[in-house]
Amino acid sequence: MGSEAAAKRALGPALMKAHRLNKRYIQRTPFSRKKFVIDALVDVEIDIAPGCISALVGESSSGKSTLASCLAMSEKADSGEIWFEGQEITGWNDRQFAPLRPRIQLVFQDSAGALNPRFSAAQVIEEPLEVQNRESGAKLRRRACEVMEEVGLSADWADRSPLEFSGGQRQRLAIGRAITLKPALLILDESLSGLDLSTQAQILNLLLDLKSTHALTYLLISHDLSLVGQIADFVGVMHHGRLVEFGPMQQVLGSPQHDETRKLLASAGGVESAYRAAQAGGRA
Amino acid sequence: MKFLERRLVHAILLLIGASALCFLFSTLAPGGYFDEMKLNPQISPGTVAALRSQYELDRPLPVRYEHWVQSVLRGEWGYSFAYNLPVRSLVVVRARNTLLLTSLAMALAWLIAVPLGVWSASRAGRWEDRLSTAGTSLLLSVPELVVALGLLYFAIHTHALPVGGMVSADHDTLGPWGRARDLAAHLVIPVTTLVLASLPILIRHVRASVVEVLQAPFIQAARGHGVGRTSIRFRYALPAAANPLISLFGLSVAGLLSGSLLVEVIVGWPGLGPLLLEACLSRDFYVVVGVVMMSTLFMILGSLLADVMLVIADPRVRMDNV
Repeated sequence: MGSEAAAKRALGPALMKAHRLNKRYIQRTPFSRKKFVIDALVDVEIDIAPGCISALVGESSSGKSTLASCLAMSEKADSGEIWFEGQEITGWNDRQFAPLRPRIQLVFQDSAGALNPRFSAAQVIEEPLEVQNRESGAKLRRRACEVMEEVGLSADWADRSPLEFSGGQRQRLAIGRAITLKPALLILDESLSGLDLSTQAQILNLLLDLKSTHALTYLLISHDLSLVGQIADFVGVMHHGRLVEFGPMQQVLGSPQHDETRKLLASAGGVESAYRAAQAGGRA
Repeated sequence: MKFLERRLVHAILLLIGASALCFLFSTLAPGGYFDEMKLNPQISPGTVAALRSQYELDRPLPVRYEHWVQSVLRGEWGYSFAYNLPVRSLVVVRARNTLLLTSLAMALAWLIAVPLGVWSASRAGRWEDRLSTAGTSLLLSVPELVVALGLLYFAIHTHALPVGGMVSADHDTLGPWGRARDLAAHLVIPVTTLVLASLPILIRHVRASVVEVLQAPFIQAARGHGVGRTSIRFRYALPAAANPLISLFGLSVAGLLSGSLLVEVIVGWPGLGPLLLEACLSRDFYVVVGVVMMSTLFMILGSLLADVMLVIADPRVRMDNV
């Protein structure tokens, strides 16, 4: 991580690219003609290198999650281009995008809300396989149990409701569901937030294991710069919808070019400690 | 089972409480069925006193209540002063007519409201949703009395539909299909009125519940797995939004006997509405108590049904009740 190998991979074609991406929300107030315009994304340019961990950091409402949603095609950008595995996918409708959907998966922060409360743990994992007609019948259940074991959950819990699981176990289940379709890109939208430090570390290890086993690429969205410093190869800093800085992690955290990056570093416990964390991550 | 037992005990206690209160308030109300007889010079005060004694109106309230409870247990539910018949025989026939009307209206209203509410939620903020909201606002602002009168006006002027009653005078001479058609034609006006009255509330509840769930991360995740739009709306969002709707459905069931009283009176449907109105005006005390108790029973059954459905439908509620 943060290694030369990552930099070399980055020289190759990007797995996903966004070019001059813009997204604007217009909010109307009731009983008034006034409109509030929120520029969630402004001319965002990002290259996500295959096999690497790219991270997006920034304060709340800086546009990180909007960018993730647009890249995952959950939301449509107003203008700009999105490229995935060499194809321009901007403006594709649901039917066009359907074959590529399994290749990009999202893992959300709120694991309780991200799992259908009416499904059992096994059904949560079976759902994407069933929808994509990958497995059926007994094979489907077997595959779900295998995935549960892979993410560190006992297959004996297959019939339990996700609501009976702890926060960390639910997040494992959500990660398991995301990897069942063998995606190329996993977007982790604040997936490690809200977990206690030891659970966070366990999930982090799981993600690193899965990355090497499944040749995954991660886009990690977080507000925790010290966490990002431990694992990311590339870091982007978002501020008011703009990607104000993006580059190799040690470069961005080592010599920040933008005030927002410096502010984030300072709030993460000082430039020194974050940079040390970044370097420690680079050596790991 | 414990949950059901607990709910049944609650239901019985509620019925006892409601019946006691109903008895108390009916006694506190001024006037009585035999008061008008006192003004009739052809009926002697002794006859009136004898009649009051026959129906135990001269006995203390607790004694009357005790005798009424015994009568309920015998399946009579007290005696009607006006008809000189056990209340049950009067109420059951009328309740059957009311249930035919209201259950049909309720089923139709839900069958229309659920897909319309889900569709409106899935188009939230767009012109289709705004149109639906405007339509429901319009329906909400029109009292059911006006709707019923408007439909009656239409039926009288166009002769397209029969007005008043449940069947035509020649109903018995018709064949089975003819009878069904005749009954259906008589149902059109009251059912339409009841459906139009309940539709906006149901649509708005369905829309509000579903629109919230459609924003949930698990819905986004399902979209990300390639689940189709219709499945997202009806197999994912609707079941997840079902809890408030199940409670509302329980309320609909609860109102099956009491929700159509006014409409029945206006359109002349021979249900509980006209019977209750008549009984109230003539102070036919036991009939009023019988109808109120029957409505209370449906209220209790409706809420019990909603609770049981919630336990079956939602694992979270199930876990809380373990």
